[in-house]
Amino acid sequence: MAGSKRRSRRPNRRRTAKGHAAVTMSIPEAKNVYQDHFSQAEKDWAHNGQAWSRKIREAAMSRFAELGFPTVREEEWKYTNVGPIAKIPFRPARYEIDSSISDLAARLTLGMPEAIRIVFVNGYYSAELSSLRRLPQGMKVSSLAAAIRQEAGWVESHLARHAGYQDHAFVALNTALMKDGAFVFFPEGSIVKEPIHLLFISTAGKGATVSHPRNLIVIGKGSEGTIVESYAGLEDEVYFTNAVTEIVLEEGAVGEHYKLQRESRRAFHIATLQACQDRSSSFSSHSIALGGALVRNEVNAVLDGEGGQCALNGLYLAGGEQHVDNHTRIDHVKPHCTSRELYKGVLDGKSRGVFNGKIYVHPSAWKSDARQTNKNLLLSQDAWVDTKPQLEIYNNDVKCSHGSTIGQLDQDSIFYLRSRGIGVEVARDLLTYAFAGDVISRLRVEAIRAQMDKLLIAKFQRDSQAKDGI
Amino acid sequence: MLEIRNLHAKVAETEILRGIDLTVNAGEVHAVMGPNGSGKSTLAHVLSGRENYQVTGGEVIYEGKNLLKMAPEERAREGIFLAFQYPVEIPGVNTTYFLKAALNAVRKHRGIEELDAMDFLALIKEKMKVVEMDQELLNRPVNEGFSGGEKKRNEIFQMAVLDPKLAILDETDSGLDIDALRVVANGVNVLRSKERAMIVITHYQRLLSYIVPDFVHVLFDGRIVKSGDKQLALELEDKGYGWIEAQIQKAQPAANS
Repeated sequence: MAGSKRRSRRPNRRRTAKGHAAVTMSIPEAKNVYQDHFSQAEKDWAHNGQAWSRKIREAAMSRFAELGFPTVREEEWKYTNVGPIAKIPFRPARYEIDSSISDLAARLTLGMPEAIRIVFVNGYYSAELSSLRRLPQGMKVSSLAAAIRQEAGWVESHLARHAGYQDHAFVALNTALMKDGAFVFFPEGSIVKEPIHLLFISTAGKGATVSHPRNLIVIGKGSEGTIVESYAGLEDEVYFTNAVTEIVLEEGAVGEHYKLQRESRRAFHIATLQACQDRSSSFSSHSIALGGALVRNEVNAVLDGEGGQCALNGLYLAGGEQHVDNHTRIDHVKPHCTSRELYKGVLDGKSRGVFNGKIYVHPSAWKSDARQTNKNLLLSQDAWVDTKPQLEIYNNDVKCSHGSTIGQLDQDSIFYLRSRGIGVEVARDLLTYAFAGDVISRLRVEAIRAQMDKLLIAKFQRDSQAKDGI
Repeated sequence: MLEIRNLHAKVAETEILRGIDLTVNAGEVHAVMGPNGSGKSTLAHVLSGRENYQVTGGEVIYEGKNLLKMAPEERAREGIFLAFQYPVEIPGVNTTYFLKAALNAVRKHRGIEELDAMDFLALIKEKMKVVEMDQELLNRPVNEGFSGGEKKRNEIFQMAVLDPKLAILDETDSGLDIDALRVVANGVNVLRSKERAMIVITHYQRLLSYIVPDFVHVLFDGRIVKSGDKQLALELEDKGYGWIEAQIQKAQPAANS
């Protein structure tokens, strides 16, 4: 039941993301670059003596060497050419901090200046920018590197157990080269209403750099927690963020995950969010993609216990020459699980969007209930989107549906608004905002919803004042 | 206020309006009647600036200005209001927000201070009474999920809020039961004034028993073929549009040969 749609008024063409560093390499060389990064990093790991993590890293590195970077000949990468990433000899990013970074961090509070926040600069934990006071009883928020040192056994039971690197070159690369990221643990029975903000700031400094942020989030039995993962960078810098987040929801846990991607306009961002859900847990993901030149955002949920629920929502806004690829996969493994998915895209300029949503119902997953919707709004004649919903169903007692649309602003609606005195530009902005607002209205954390609203209004109404302080 | 001279317009290569002449002064209510396909709705859309209609000849002068040169929003700001035959549903756009944006665009254009949220709410509370509008509808997206009657009420409500100089009502009676028709017609009557003109487009005489016009025009095949007072509407109701057709053919026997 797989099908795909593509839409543009122009004939099919291949485009590579533009405006990157001039030095490029052939792809076999690129693999060697990462091998070098690995050899350099190995020296550091020699000191901390984590045999298990070295084993995983080595396995992941050799898997990456086998896989190499994906090409558009592979079904999962058909619409996204990562050639530009493979061709740039990125250097490992270093911890650098200056006033432009601390200013940016100070602005990116998401309307929650008092929130518990852990900040990473170029992938490294920044104690001075983080704010980890007032942690609720029993709760842990720390850098993953510290957690590996201090709670090795515990981390070992989860890290790299959920986000598979066997079939995914970028997850393999992250697993091999991960340096740091956030570790968040909600102990059994804890109800934490306040969102925990994980902020990743990147800066290329003197040349293109790469970081591999790695996050591990565990929401204990019967607990409730909210995580906000946000990515930002200094304007116009070329860097590559290759992030992986694993989130584990134990029995009856309720987890809400927000991802806000606002990388620099010339950045590369590849990320996988892997959620693993036990019985009766509930997970919702809200993924908002605004920045980046070439973006691939994967959100995967495995409903691995009876009665689990997940809701994956997404909004991608692209303009200029941006390429934004959203990949989702929901595995219904156990019976009586429900999944809901709504992804919306607004594409302007010469941007290109991709939505690929797979729902995989395993033979054991009776009474699965899955619904997926993808809607795209093209604001210009040169914008393009490929949408590909995929249902794979191996049980016949299920309820599954999917739908996707690609359209333009409704002319009747524009005329109606104009006939009431509203200018044509404002009418278009208002309708675009209304289209996107559907996803925003699902954000449960009021502060974030208000911030997103402001951000959208700023984006669509070109009101520069609203852009500050978000 | 409005002077239409020898107006010709086409839609997708088909000429629909074939020489309309009509003069409307402040305070007057003009009914435009005619059978299906005679060009009634086309006239309404051309006056409001709909893009898919192409004016091929003639002119329209509104308050001394060339109306046809104005964008739809400019016409609205200058005081023209079209009550749609089929109001558009706009998901995601809140009715109150929409109305406030519209009203302030109009006020700004007229050099009046824009209303803040408090004053705006006070104003719409007042205007809701005109058509017995349910306040709950204001919190919903524009026309979304509204019944036919609610949509038409919403049109008249918007008219009350925007306070136009010239209102064009395009088959506002269509699809309404008698109770809804009374409410809507009553709203229109409340809004009649010496300063405001109205063009009421309808297929049926029924509406005109409630909104009593000063003039009645019969549109046929893209032209106004007969004008009179409210008696003409009653006559049409009695004799049907066939009667007009017969009269035209009698007057132009050579045209068909």
